[in-house]
Amino acid sequence: METISVTSDYIPILIQIVVALSFVVVVMLVSHFIITKRRRVRSIKKEDNFECGIEIEGNARFPFSVKYFLIAILFVLFDVEVIFFYPWAVNFKESGWSGLLYMLLFVALFMFGFYYIYKKGSFDWNKDEE
Amino acid sequence: MISMIEFTDITAWIHSLLLSVMTPTWTYIVELALSGVTALVVLLVCVIIMVYMERKVAGFMQLRWGPNRVGPYGIFQVIADVIKLLLKESFSPNRADKVMFNIAPALALCVSLMALAPISWAPGLTMWDTNIGILFITAISSMGVIGILMAGWSSNNKYSLIGAMRSGAQIVSYELSAGLSIVTAVALAGTLSTNGIIQSQADGWWILKGQIPAIIAFLIYVIASTAECNRAPFDLAEAESELTAGYHTEYAGMQFGIFYLNEYINMAIVSIIASTLFLGGWMPFHLPFDYPVVHVFNHIMDFIPTWMWFFGKMFLIIFFMMWFRWTFPRLRIDQLLKLEWKYLLPISIVNLLFAAVIIVLHWHL
Repeated sequence: METISVTSDYIPILIQIVVALSFVVVVMLVSHFIITKRRRVRSIKKEDNFECGIEIEGNARFPFSVKYFLIAILFVLFDVEVIFFYPWAVNFKESGWSGLLYMLLFVALFMFGFYYIYKKGSFDWNKDEE
Repeated sequence: MISMIEFTDITAWIHSLLLSVMTPTWTYIVELALSGVTALVVLLVCVIIMVYMERKVAGFMQLRWGPNRVGPYGIFQVIADVIKLLLKESFSPNRADKVMFNIAPALALCVSLMALAPISWAPGLTMWDTNIGILFITAISSMGVIGILMAGWSSNNKYSLIGAMRSGAQIVSYELSAGLSIVTAVALAGTLSTNGIIQSQADGWWILKGQIPAIIAFLIYVIASTAECNRAPFDLAEAESELTAGYHTEYAGMQFGIFYLNEYINMAIVSIIASTLFLGGWMPFHLPFDYPVVHVFNHIMDFIPTWMWFFGKMFLIIFFMMWFRWTFPRLRIDQLLKLEWKYLLPISIVNLLFAAVIIVLHWHL
């Protein structure tokens, strides 16, 4: 089954984007026009952030420590590796034992990196809290 | 086969009707647009049923009635809620980043609607029958987190920001084990196209044919996708006891409605994918054995229409996700990430290898 993808194969997705966008726009416009029939009330209290219901202290745009930023980095590493599994999985039935052998090698490297991160304590986020 | 109206008859009729009035190119475009709108409408009806179902299931599990005032058995409650949301004013707060604040819900919903394209709804009824269907869905569904991060950051609200950050970490981590479970099913089926995967289950669903690894992969996929949808017990992004309402605290009216809709559409898509990969999508329940009794059984199962199988499986998985919500207490963020990185990820990798060995030895039925 040799099929070559061409750009025109992706027209359906373009049309799906248009349908999705126009749905959102139509819903927002309908909502907007129903409201403008009625009188809009404006006040400082109303236009202010709700936050948690009480007076707002300071601004939310301040630097703060995101403890799980490491997740994002690890995710990039691991997700690239997971992507490599897809072409392997599609052709796995033809490749047979040799395919399994190569994949074992790859997974061994994968698990070695995983073990290193594990031992390094990257998954113990609540450790230095004590 | 019994003679009944198949979906392919309807599409063929529309095709010939359109061809008689316009050129083939326009016919193609109009058909795609029509199928997109149809998929959207079907999904919206599903969402309305799901919202009603969620409340009724919650009521059932907590020994109360659930909605029972608007219409018989409260069936018009959801319609009333939609009308209420449409009538509410959606405004952006003064301190918010107005542009990003208004784009965020649209982006989140568009991304989840795009994942609809490669789904196989019934035999021969796919909007975009491509050879990379599942890969496309996994690629697109990981973009959903951008909408949530945008909403959380642009609100200029500390709780929204924390909620969005949590949600980012959570969705991104659970994508790994969800992806690995998908790879397990792809390795069993040997194709990435949604139609091909369903056709490969003609003599039995993968959850039966694929032995233990398929069952483990299915369970991991359901857990990971519950987390990806920000559903309880993984709803840390909108943990109401600590974060007001999480990333959509500042949203009102239909903008909030779009986030709400997005959550349910995500749930529907995730359960459609789970049923496509492991439960055979629209494929009736067949047994993979070569006995006369089994043939009769398989033939009887063919009499149940495919749309009933499709929506039956979809709502079964959705029911499980609702059941989780009222069974498990909410996790803490470090427990949540520990569950993924220390347990689900290694288990799914080992499970993938286990599945590979079974495929090589031809132990799968």
